[in-house]
Amino acid sequence: MKTFNYHTAKDVKEASKLASSNSAYLAGGMTTIPSMKLGLASYKDIIDIKGIKSLSGIKISRKSVKIGSTTKHAEVANSKDVKKAIPSLAALAEGIGDAQVRNRGTIGGSIANNDPSADYPSACIALNAIIHTNNRKIDADKFFKGTFETALKSGEIIEAIEFSIPEKSNYQKYPNPASRYAIVGVYVAKHKDGVNVGVTGAKSCVYNDKNIAKTLSNNFSSSAISNVNVSSSGMNSDIHASAEYRANMIKVFAKKAVEAC
Amino acid sequence: MASLVGSRVERKEDKKLLTGRGKYTADINFVNQTFAYFVRSPHARAQIKNVDTSKALKAPGVVAVLTGKDIADDKIGGLIAGWRIKSEDGSDMKVPAHPPLASDTVNYVGDHVAVVIADTLDEARNAAEFVKVDYKVLKAVVNTAEAMNSDQIYKDIPKNLCFDWLLGDRAKVKEAFDKADKIIKIDLINNRLIPNAMEPRAANADYNPSNEEITLYTTSQNPHLARIIISAFNGVAPENKLRVIAPDVGGGFGSKIYPYAEEVVCSWAAKKIERPVKWVADRTESFLSDCHGRDHVTHAELAVKNDGTFLGFKNETTANIGAYASVFATVTPTYLFGPCATGVYKMPAAYSNVKAVFTNTAPVDAYRGAGRPEATYTIETLVEKAARELGMDPAEIRMKNFPTQFPYQQTLVHSVDSGDYVKGLNKAMEVADYKGFEKRKKQSASKGKLRGIGFCSYFEACGIAPSPVVMMLGCGIGLWESAEVRFNPTGNVTVFTGSHSHGQGHETTFAQIASDQLGVPIENIEISHGDTDKGPFGYGTYGSRSLTVGGTAIVKACEKIIAKGKRVAAKMLEASVEDVEFSNGEFVVAKSNKKKTIGEVAFACYLPGTYGEVKSPLPEGEEPGLKETSFFDPVNFSFPAGSHICEVEVNPETGETKVVKYTAVDDFGTIINPLVVEGQVHGGLAQGIGQALYESCHYDGSGQLITASYMDYTMPRADNFPEFQLDWTCTPATTNPLGTKGCGEAGAIAAPPAVMNAVMNAIGTEISMPATAEKVWKACNKNKKIKSEAA
Repeated sequence: MKTFNYHTAKDVKEASKLASSNSAYLAGGMTTIPSMKLGLASYKDIIDIKGIKSLSGIKISRKSVKIGSTTKHAEVANSKDVKKAIPSLAALAEGIGDAQVRNRGTIGGSIANNDPSADYPSACIALNAIIHTNNRKIDADKFFKGTFETALKSGEIIEAIEFSIPEKSNYQKYPNPASRYAIVGVYVAKHKDGVNVGVTGAKSCVYNDKNIAKTLSNNFSSSAISNVNVSSSGMNSDIHASAEYRANMIKVFAKKAVEAC
Repeated sequence: MASLVGSRVERKEDKKLLTGRGKYTADINFVNQTFAYFVRSPHARAQIKNVDTSKALKAPGVVAVLTGKDIADDKIGGLIAGWRIKSEDGSDMKVPAHPPLASDTVNYVGDHVAVVIADTLDEARNAAEFVKVDYKVLKAVVNTAEAMNSDQIYKDIPKNLCFDWLLGDRAKVKEAFDKADKIIKIDLINNRLIPNAMEPRAANADYNPSNEEITLYTTSQNPHLARIIISAFNGVAPENKLRVIAPDVGGGFGSKIYPYAEEVVCSWAAKKIERPVKWVADRTESFLSDCHGRDHVTHAELAVKNDGTFLGFKNETTANIGAYASVFATVTPTYLFGPCATGVYKMPAAYSNVKAVFTNTAPVDAYRGAGRPEATYTIETLVEKAARELGMDPAEIRMKNFPTQFPYQQTLVHSVDSGDYVKGLNKAMEVADYKGFEKRKKQSASKGKLRGIGFCSYFEACGIAPSPVVMMLGCGIGLWESAEVRFNPTGNVTVFTGSHSHGQGHETTFAQIASDQLGVPIENIEISHGDTDKGPFGYGTYGSRSLTVGGTAIVKACEKIIAKGKRVAAKMLEASVEDVEFSNGEFVVAKSNKKKTIGEVAFACYLPGTYGEVKSPLPEGEEPGLKETSFFDPVNFSFPAGSHICEVEVNPETGETKVVKYTAVDDFGTIINPLVVEGQVHGGLAQGIGQALYESCHYDGSGQLITASYMDYTMPRADNFPEFQLDWTCTPATTNPLGTKGCGEAGAIAAPPAVMNAVMNAIGTEISMPATAEKVWKACNKNKKIKSEAA
């Protein structure tokens, strides 16, 4: 690991002041630190934001669940309020990585990193999330731009993620047998005004499968999905799963998710 | 005192190992320590045009940067192939030079080019970025099956062929095949595996200028072998000036039997810079540079009569041994593979033909089972296919061809001393509830799952091995084992063994044996291993040999102790030696109540005379002290055997395959400690099921390792396995006094065919290892298509 300056910020304002084009915010560090150790990333300044109280915590309202960006996966997984309002979101958090990761990794870190096979981005898409930053509010469907790429500007800090509470929802993933990241993860959510199907792992970036979503909006049943065409075009292909296999798994797992709703 | 052999004694070593108190090579630090970081080739095959170290030498903290030229200038020898194989035409095998640091060419990604030594690891690693290597990249040879028809890697090795070896009689096989009703044929790939010991390899070498001695701490299964190779072949230091210590070692599975380039370089460099040099592999280095396992491409045929009787077998295999011939790389696909290729069966005629090829991949060497898993996978999938094609029950066809008279001389090499294969398979079917399979299959079908059952009956040759036999076959070392049993004056015992425990539990099982032999409580017995300056020379631990060969050496040394003890006790008890009997730790004069404990006798041996209360004169001419050494060379291999039955459930929608039931009934001869044996079988099964369903090493076409981390190399995990059902039969080995046969590799040998036969039974199609979800899904789809077209 290359040497760097370590800062702890007491509030968001201080953190953003410390930021530069050669800095990174550190919360759980589940990606940043391994990347630095492997020499894949190096920064002049590391700005630790996990001590900023305003960024952590869960707030439930009638319509939404708002989760502070440095809230850990384990906190989401174990939150009685989240379990009650959006049980599938708590279950998703319970299925991220392992116990060590869940006790350090944060929701904001996961979303800011936008790993193409991370779990949380699919929830953001399916649950019409609004990403609150220190400057603005960004809709989830405009937030995830590409592989490890988001709408965040240099130095911008995610403060919270606000999820709409759906009528029903469920997340199903087929984990990579080696890494246990999602080969495909399908998050189905039925809202009053329609259905979203957030798909992670399958393409270079999370997306809403509009074909399945439209079909389910008309007929919310697993059998309806059987006739949907899921094209393998643009899907990832690697030693663990071909594009064709991923396309099949999206259908199978969308069905599973609907059945579990 | 009750006998400890056969009882479930909890492992003595677990307390330290499970509470973080183990002492591993990485835990050793010397004063004035330096750290080594290796510059490795990023190319699978290239010429080295120039290595410029000038910038790296100026980097902060750097002590030295050493290259292939430096090691050649110091006349340090290359790494060796330890087993000489002759081709069918009588010619010697061909092996390339393997310098510890590359001089002219690099031949796999991860090959060692230079070493940077600095005050800290970070400084060494950072400076390594400044070593400028000018490569001319050449086209890499990667594919096993195509290696002989690809670019020639080494000038003197045409067709990249190390050897073309034959065991058996082609003419007799032809005769047998001519008489057959049916020929069953199969083409297989035995997938390449990466060993993944929990503890990565490491070395820490300390040079003492006052006595010119090097002490090398290393992650070795075999510290004595490391010393002799680094001394006699690499020429780093004479044997008496090199001490090798393998402290606690966290697994090896064969990959730590022999020294690698890093141990040689650290030892040489420590002497050169007169400071201790430490290297610890990171996980990616382990993936890249630990010797890999398996990697065979096989075509095999079985000649059968319509009633299922086997008439003959032939096996044509290409074995990929990687870029260089590692120490046991050449014996693994030959004498460890060929003789076991006919399986447990009566096979009137057979041959195995193996072509070993070089490729631009990491060297391949022995990995848990070493040759025997490859052999067993071949014959057992072939036998199952024969059963399918003849419409026979898989158990019936096996039973029909089992030998029933022992000792049994196999067609190819082995004379099997003992066994009862019929009993083993019957017991396995009973434990597995074979009769209930159809019912379970229906239950699975009702959930939309395909259930399959697969058998594997195996035998293996362990207890490696009779030295004259293996030397005649080309082995460059003997394979006996040593033990020294040393009574301390106060009556407790230290047992030195030349074998080495790196997870096997010798500190417990060897102590159980010594405790029974000597009548000394187990807590008063210490097992010492892993230090060439402590115990006698030995040959380490691999090939399920340590209990059978090393354990027997302990028994023999104990017998010598007791023989001397009888003489001393007779003198102390004023009786004749013939009248002294030994049992339960006491020397007793027959038909009397006169006795001395072994502790009293030991004490007498160290205080030979009369002093106050102490009256312990030794017999005339008897040396003081109580310490005996034995070197045991076995007369034959040992032959564990067994039958495993696996049941899987396949989800045809996703191809996911789950092992839902696994039964193993093994015959390991005498079992010293069932708890330890169960642990060994569990571990072996995890690796065997891992090979069948999950693990596989992938290189891309240019020789880059794709599976270089746990993100891509699928290690099996606890949730991949059911509760294993284990049971035993026992026919004691007749070739050693303990009656033991060895258990360390059985699971890794038997599981791959048992699992694959179950998968093929479930989906009705042949499929290669690992049976990943996608492969199984594709096979299910293909079947569906065939069925719908037929309808």
